Amino acid sequence: MTAPLLQTRDLSMHFGGVKAVRNVDFTLAEGELRCLIGPNGAGKSTFFKMLTGQLEPTHGQVLFRGHDISRAHAHQIARLGIGIKTQVPSVFDGLSVRENIWLAASRLHSGERARRLVNEMLERVGLTDAAERLVGQLAHGQRQWVELGLVLSTDPDLILLDEPAAGMTHEEVLKTAELVREINRSKALIVVEHDMQFIRMIAKQVTVFNQGSVLVEDAVENIMRNPLVRDIYLGKQAAA
Amino acid sequence: MDLIALLAIQVLYAVASLALISVGLAIIFGMMRVINLAHGEFLMLGGYAAIVATSHGISIWIAMLVVAPIVVGLIGIVVERAIIRFLYGRMIDTMLATWGLSLFLVGLTTAIFGNTTVGISAPLGSIQIGAYRTSAYTLFVIAIAAIVLGGIFAVMRWTRLGLIARGTMQNANMAAALGVNPPRVYAITFGVGAALSGLAGAVLAPVSGVFPTIGVAYVAKSFITVIGGGAAILSGTVSASVLFGTINQIATFVTTPVFGEVALLAAAIVLIRLLPQGITGRFFRRGL
Amino acid sequence: MNARGFNVLGLVLVGVIGLAFMILTPRLAELDTVLDLTVYMIMAVLALSLALIWGYGGILCFGQSAFFGLGAYTYAIAMFNIGESTLPLLLAIILPAAFAALLGYFMFYGRISDVYLGVITLTVTLILFNSVNSTAGPEFHIGAARLGGFNGIPGIPPLNWPFDKATTIDLEGMFYLATGSLLLTYFGLRLLLASQFGRIIVGIRENERRAELLGYDPRAYKLATFTIGGALAGFAGCLFANWGNFVSPTIFGLAQSAQIIIWVIVGGRGTLIGPVIGCIGIQWLSAALGANQPSSGSDLWSKIFANAPLILGVILIAFVLLVPKGLVPMLADLGQSLLRRRRERAARGFEPQQAE
Repeated sequence: MTAPLLQTRDLSMHFGGVKAVRNVDFTLAEGELRCLIGPNGAGKSTFFKMLTGQLEPTHGQVLFRGHDISRAHAHQIARLGIGIKTQVPSVFDGLSVRENIWLAASRLHSGERARRLVNEMLERVGLTDAAERLVGQLAHGQRQWVELGLVLSTDPDLILLDEPAAGMTHEEVLKTAELVREINRSKALIVVEHDMQFIRMIAKQVTVFNQGSVLVEDAVENIMRNPLVRDIYLGKQAAA
Repeated sequence: MDLIALLAIQVLYAVASLALISVGLAIIFGMMRVINLAHGEFLMLGGYAAIVATSHGISIWIAMLVVAPIVVGLIGIVVERAIIRFLYGRMIDTMLATWGLSLFLVGLTTAIFGNTTVGISAPLGSIQIGAYRTSAYTLFVIAIAAIVLGGIFAVMRWTRLGLIARGTMQNANMAAALGVNPPRVYAITFGVGAALSGLAGAVLAPVSGVFPTIGVAYVAKSFITVIGGGAAILSGTVSASVLFGTINQIATFVTTPVFGEVALLAAAIVLIRLLPQGITGRFFRRGL
Repeated sequence: MNARGFNVLGLVLVGVIGLAFMILTPRLAELDTVLDLTVYMIMAVLALSLALIWGYGGILCFGQSAFFGLGAYTYAIAMFNIGESTLPLLLAIILPAAFAALLGYFMFYGRISDVYLGVITLTVTLILFNSVNSTAGPEFHIGAARLGGFNGIPGIPPLNWPFDKATTIDLEGMFYLATGSLLLTYFGLRLLLASQFGRIIVGIRENERRAELLGYDPRAYKLATFTIGGALAGFAGCLFANWGNFVSPTIFGLAQSAQIIIWVIVGGRGTLIGPVIGCIGIQWLSAALGANQPSSGSDLWSKIFANAPLILGVILIAFVLLVPKGLVPMLADLGQSLLRRRRERAARGFEPQQAE
């Protein structure tokens, strides 16, 4: 039996006295789309940071296709095939959209092929018209798409999206959902979101985080009806 | 036995003078995250202030302990209002602007006082330790350092001013919401840091004399002491001074003063590499 | 004309002006003017080394003079020991580069950044200054070369034609070498920065985290950039030792490091031509104000204007507060906004007819 695409075993992150992530066991199959939800401070972004090598876990393991990447450097993990769109867009503000995407694409390709791929990616994220503009001057929604374009251009097999619909207009949210579904046809995704409408547009399986650990994992319809989940969002203590 | 006592005094002196020249910078860096590369020149100006005051008949003690801090403190407030306050949050630009200020002050004092070393003779004469004689002034410097550090601790811990300063340092917006005026706190903090540097420069003037470029010798050492010490002002300065001062003095004792300097600088590089947050980034973190 | 057009035009202009300058100056100018211009060219190479490291690489190096000085001293010491200049010239490039690589490894692989980089590089240059400054006695020598301490090393033999000890370089030759080196360095760096490597280091400067998440190892790229900059500065140092036939520990001093930074700030970070202009401009200004003369004048003029630290200090403060991007980017921005306004006015000129 082949190893799952991503697996974490007993993954934990402690900052001094704060246990941001506790003993998380998580599994994702090739090509699967999983939504990750939970109230603020539940540890979702910290979890992502450990998957991408930005943080070294206090203990536990992260396995990518069976290889232990728990202590690998961020750039090594990126080369293995994990890409992330961060909560606050992390792009090259002083460069144009085209230059941004080119930087990502040129790691895998060069010259004419790279330039063609850049044009295709600009089409895909709908930024062909804005290609020469400085990213720092774009609207928030457009910057998110620039970042998506960056991530997709490195052709990762697993894409982490941290609040991809945040701060977007309804139009932009629809477009992003469509993009996510399209990406999912060939790539695995983990999507963190608060926007329940957005989640219903894309999700099948949902994992719920609370206070650093996994509360429940279920299909999206059941999650919506789960009283525990409602409680943590409404602030009541989850019943044991 | 006397040799050990002598060595101990020299180590204490090295630690004390390092702490003295660094504490003004530590306050400015610790409270405002401002890197003041004109710090050496504040020390230099303190020395000149003391010398000018004594040449006008003022007692050397008052010149060193009162006139110099006040003069340099006022200069500090002017600098903060004229230059620094436009650059908050821009650490690199602050470094560059204060470097420009440093050059300017060197040029200015050269124009006013000329290039030669001016000195005051160290008061207090010498004392006997067994078979050795050493300057009693050394003990004075150690005492002043202890008093200054103790005074700062007292003000920070037990006075309202200290509390306001610490609060503003932690969270300027919150402090403002509570009625504190952050710009005024910053100006006063910078002024206090400058005043302490002026005091240090004046106190050390009898030891090495004063000339316009003496700041260069001070700035590097105080910098690495502050950065090596880390975010906590007092415990950082003290721990880094102890570490570097001891290494400096022992290296000097074993080889030459020049190599002592080099050893201090090299130790600093190693420390920053091992503890990028400084000593109090890892130890004594809750300290003042 | 679009941005790319301007770029090419600029390059052609630089090439043409540079070549003309190089060929015509020795024919038209006095010998001591040529001598002065030579050192401006050499310092401009030094300025370019920091422009690469800091302006494009984003690495704050307060001790670029360390590599400059190492290059000069290495050339001098090797020259006294070997007697023929081919190897000393190579060593003057390789040794500073190696030192930069070592220091760079220490810093970048230790994840040290920003402020702390500045402090460490500053400290390194101070260590070099303090160490070399104290080597005044005859017991301090490397082979046949006395280090000289604060007295420096005088009488450094000039470069000779490779492997031909007899044909040494003369004043005019030195000018050609310096100017040619500057032009080569400028165009070489333009090529480097247009390449994938160049674009990656700019990306790392813009957002190191994102560059990492795309799969680039920032530590390796910064190390490479730092090493190249060190090599360039070392080469400039070798040329400098040849220009004056003398080197002293002040080459490692804070004043020298400050000057290099000021050139880059005044000229403009993120450009190459800016630091060159800033360097030549400020050097010329200092000379014109008589600041390079010993401060013998007691009149107001020499106290204030022939006072290099005073003037440089004011310039640095003024630029950080008022022109933080530097001259060339500011002029470029000005030019762009003027062009934009002209285009807008031209577009508006058509509207009344369309509104009907």
